[in-house]
Amino acid sequence: MAQSSVDSAILVEGLTKSFGEVRALRGIDLAVPRGTVLGVLGPNGAGKTTAVRILTTLLQPDSGRALVEGRDVVREAAAVRRSIGLSGQSAAIQEELTGKENLEIIGRLYHLGKTRSRSRAAELLDQFGLMDAADRQAKTYSGGMQRRLDLAASLVGNPQVLFLDEPTTGLDPRSRLGMWDIIRSLAEGGTTTLLTTQYLDEADELADEIVVIDHGLVIAAGTAEELKSRVGGDVLEFTVPDRSMMSDAVAAVVSVGESEPHADKETGVVNVGVGGRGSDALIDAVRGLDAAGVRTHGLALRRPSLDDVFLALTGHAAEENGQGPGDRRAGRGRPGSRGRPAGGRSRSNSNAATTGSKS
Amino acid sequence: MTAATAVVQPSDPGVAVRARWAVSDTLAITRRNLLVWLRVPAYIVFTVVQPVNFVLMFRYVFGGANKVPGISGGYVNFLLPGIVAQTAAFACFGTAISLAQELQKGVIDRLRSMPMARSAVLTGRLVADTGRMLITVLIVIGVGAAVGFRFQNGAGPAVLMVVLATVFGVAFAVIAAFTGLVIGDEESVQAFGLIWLFPLTFLSSAFVPIQSMPGWLQAFANNQPVTFAVDTMRALALGGPIAANFWKTVAWLAGIFIVFIPLAVRAYKRAA
Repeated sequence: MAQSSVDSAILVEGLTKSFGEVRALRGIDLAVPRGTVLGVLGPNGAGKTTAVRILTTLLQPDSGRALVEGRDVVREAAAVRRSIGLSGQSAAIQEELTGKENLEIIGRLYHLGKTRSRSRAAELLDQFGLMDAADRQAKTYSGGMQRRLDLAASLVGNPQVLFLDEPTTGLDPRSRLGMWDIIRSLAEGGTTTLLTTQYLDEADELADEIVVIDHGLVIAAGTAEELKSRVGGDVLEFTVPDRSMMSDAVAAVVSVGESEPHADKETGVVNVGVGGRGSDALIDAVRGLDAAGVRTHGLALRRPSLDDVFLALTGHAAEENGQGPGDRRAGRGRPGSRGRPAGGRSRSNSNAATTGSKS
Repeated sequence: MTAATAVVQPSDPGVAVRARWAVSDTLAITRRNLLVWLRVPAYIVFTVVQPVNFVLMFRYVFGGANKVPGISGGYVNFLLPGIVAQTAAFACFGTAISLAQELQKGVIDRLRSMPMARSAVLTGRLVADTGRMLITVLIVIGVGAAVGFRFQNGAGPAVLMVVLATVFGVAFAVIAAFTGLVIGDEESVQAFGLIWLFPLTFLSSAFVPIQSMPGWLQAFANNQPVTFAVDTMRALALGGPIAANFWKTVAWLAGIFIVFIPLAVRAYKRAA
């Protein structure tokens, strides 16, 4: 333990937090080695934002402890604030001010002095491709530009540890890719980053390690590859254009799979894990579907995605209850509708990180 | 450690440094807030045009009907100290709404996660809003002068009236800061502001003599802080006995500060 507290930029042990009846965090453990990116993956209401708010000294935990760069987030909050940067779910910028003014004021509040605040603002505007828009009010910026400005603001103080709470939520695909590039280059620069997301591809793309959080517990941890290998083998997937045939389709492939097939009534997508049976399973599936008279689109075998992992771990898809920005209030401790029944699963272990590594 | 890459000082600053930061951070936030205010035409309309409207409306719509015996110069002289107090009180709308907006947008989270003086978000807000309020009050007095208002009691008391109006406005702003942070939603804050501010300012001696109200209303109007403040300001502007109302006003304002400053600070610390 002494070892990990020296090497870890972020160390979390048994962290819990409740808001009235809602247990937002039920004892999570995290260890983020210096210079790496941790992806915290989970659906809305899983406890991601609560964890970030505790780690950035905005909220006090009920029990457990959290260290950032070796400093306790409760007892040494002032020291923690000197080493972190936070970019939240919405762009926390002043829209009436220009991009340059926004960053310069943040610089002044970091006590950089007038000259240094200016040069730091210019550096960041340049780095984030906002130089041309530097003297325009931020309200004229696109959503992607506003988020980039917000991220730039979180970097004014050259933080050692960066917290990004759903950095691409609400962005169009192109802005999202731009954001990914920026986050990647920051990570290459050695900034330790904790990134929350509900997008599995995002965690896959950016994170060195991933922890999956659901209902306030870490339910799995490992690299994207390790998590994918937990699904075990390939996934057979196809789309049923005629939704009334969904149950027939599922029945036709039930014997092919190693696990229960998963059918999404909305999109018509059916997938099933087939382990190492690969092409045999594919042939069986074709015969079965043909015999049942089910027409399909895009029947194929593919490597498992993190979506499959999430499904295998939690029994529900990661994004099924996308409530959009409304989640913000709930994440901030006002229990809103969580959009999902609590479920009958009893995952009592508070040390899922170790469970996660045996595959 | 990787502290070499950090621009921010790695060690805990001393008391002297922290005190300096409290001041410089307050100024930085004040400057930011005033800059925002100047950029939004709607804010300027609200803080400048609306009070001017009030002066003109009351002066010419109610001026003929309202009899104010014993006031030299008539209703316009009676009215102006009342409008000044109302203007100072209503300035706190801006305080509450701005804080609620910043809370909603995550600006307060960002600032609270930074190594700046934590008090500066509130003090910077109050300093900026006080400056804004003072400008509005002076405009109101100017417009009042244009429609016939004249100070009757000399320059010294006139200045004191403006000072009292300012302190009175700051007290309301502290209450508003608390409500803005607790409610945390722009529209609700606005609605709530109307609920308490309108009765408090209108059921007072600000616009009409209290004797013209029904008896049960007089009981309230005669004993609430806006009346004490308005009567004091009126006496400063026009002459007459000051002491009794002045001390009652001071007591009320002190009470408001003692209760609401800690509440606002607590709400800020807990803002979530």
